Amino acid sequence: MLEIGMNLAYLAAAILFILGIKGLTRPKTAVRGNMLSATGMFVAVAVTLLDNSIVSFELIIAGALLGGAIGAVLAKKVQMTAMPQLVAVLNGFGGGASLGLAAASYLQTLGGAGFAEGALGTITLITIALTVIIGSLTVTGSLIAFAKLQEIMPGQPIGFPGMTGFNALLLIGALASSVMLAIDPTNTLYFWLAIGLAAVLGLTLVLPIGGADMPVVIALLNSYSGIAAAFAGFVMGNTVLIVSGSLVGASGLILTNIMCVAMNRSLPNVLFGRMGADTGGEGAGDEIYEGKITSASPDEVGMLLETAQKVIIVPGFGMALSQAQHAVRELADAIERNGGEVLYAIHPVAGRMPGHMNVLLAEAEVPYEKLVEMERINPQFDDCDVAIVLGANDVTNPMAREDKGSPIYGMPILNVDKARTVVVIKRSLSAGFAGLPNPLFALDNTLMVFGDGKKAVVDITTALENG
Amino acid sequence: MEILIMQVSLFVLALMLGVELITKVPPTLHTPLMSGTNAISGIALVGAILAAGNADGGEVARWLGFVAVVLASINVVGGYMVTNRMLAMFKRKD
Repeated sequence: MLEIGMNLAYLAAAILFILGIKGLTRPKTAVRGNMLSATGMFVAVAVTLLDNSIVSFELIIAGALLGGAIGAVLAKKVQMTAMPQLVAVLNGFGGGASLGLAAASYLQTLGGAGFAEGALGTITLITIALTVIIGSLTVTGSLIAFAKLQEIMPGQPIGFPGMTGFNALLLIGALASSVMLAIDPTNTLYFWLAIGLAAVLGLTLVLPIGGADMPVVIALLNSYSGIAAAFAGFVMGNTVLIVSGSLVGASGLILTNIMCVAMNRSLPNVLFGRMGADTGGEGAGDEIYEGKITSASPDEVGMLLETAQKVIIVPGFGMALSQAQHAVRELADAIERNGGEVLYAIHPVAGRMPGHMNVLLAEAEVPYEKLVEMERINPQFDDCDVAIVLGANDVTNPMAREDKGSPIYGMPILNVDKARTVVVIKRSLSAGFAGLPNPLFALDNTLMVFGDGKKAVVDITTALENG
Repeated sequence: MEILIMQVSLFVLALMLGVELITKVPPTLHTPLMSGTNAISGIALVGAILAAGNADGGEVARWLGFVAVVLASINVVGGYMVTNRMLAMFKRKD
């Protein structure tokens, strides 16, 4: 009877998760959706505590208090610019939790009733092995992603020739260990070997991926953490784990796909292609830029904005780096007070994770209606007086549209060059992640404002208000 | 075996439902979606609680369960709180 009640409660929890995600389809219903999802979690955890198999609560309570406190501090303290890092570590923790529970479940079955003979036992063991493999590589992969985003490690791709082959060997080794474990369940060596090989695989999969490809990696690891939880659900015979793990897995996969489409690259190309790691270089830029760069002072840009009717701001990772989102909002306010209209053009891969720019601008209280997606904003550059590019580079490079020989040819870009005047705020003429010069900077209608993003924006605002 | 088939069916159907739902989430909410799904993947807490409370596998297994409880709790509490914090920013302009 208790078991039936628990399963019904798990069903209720799964329904609440689904309604919660449904709430996220609109900004207005999103807060309520998150609450519904949290309620589902509460229900699932509460009924689990009634399970007869629990003999002691000390470790459960201690663990929940410790984890809850750490989670609360992280959630309160994290800066919005650091959200990619937080999501990266949470992906890792999610994978780690599934790894831990699957490992504990393996040892408990071994120490308790033992594994069933025949096909059923084999399937259980293979499922446990797959859970720990995905969990383990999610942990180490996420730690590398975190270290790269936090700039503890350099953002450049790190690797050696033949790395893809090495990774394939690691994967084959981990899978072979799983098969050996299924044949000989009591040999724990195979179990730990599968975990260890997967842990190394997580490192070597993410190390060769550069900083600007992190949106794809984070989305993919997000998906892995969900799939690990779903597989852990198979191990524990728990339906709510299976359902919610699959939802998370699907979410990560869709985001991964959106990011890849936005870069016009396939997932294997992002993971193994190492595009732009050593192409182009500074030398190639000199020819394009020679004598064609017009630089402008913040005062000149302020004067230009006085008469502008329509301004489109194009934020990129540089806005996050210089924490310029509040300054940008103040500039937009000043332009609006002057009678101009301001919109924001958001490229899907701007920033270091999906939706990164939207969150930063929401933090600065920019209404979300003003954040316009690429497909809808591109036609609007034609009647735009001034486009302000702040810390974005490759996503505005016209070569992606025009130069068939360019490595980024075919990547969808923001057509900022169609604006009457383009203002690019940038530290220097250095190349973006793709390592390519950007002919946008050399156009006749482009003005370069060199300097720190935040300071430049503040100076332009001051100039506009005093002008 | 029947149970396994049912579980696989559940897995596949939930994946398909997830795809249908999540394609409707607007790009503006993609970051809260990711932190929100981080919180949901903390559902591993359910399994972790059972692992940490079970004495069959000896001390190592219980401590592995404990680690799983800690990690999953971080995801649950941290994930929901930070998602709520972000969504509140989107909401206040209504």
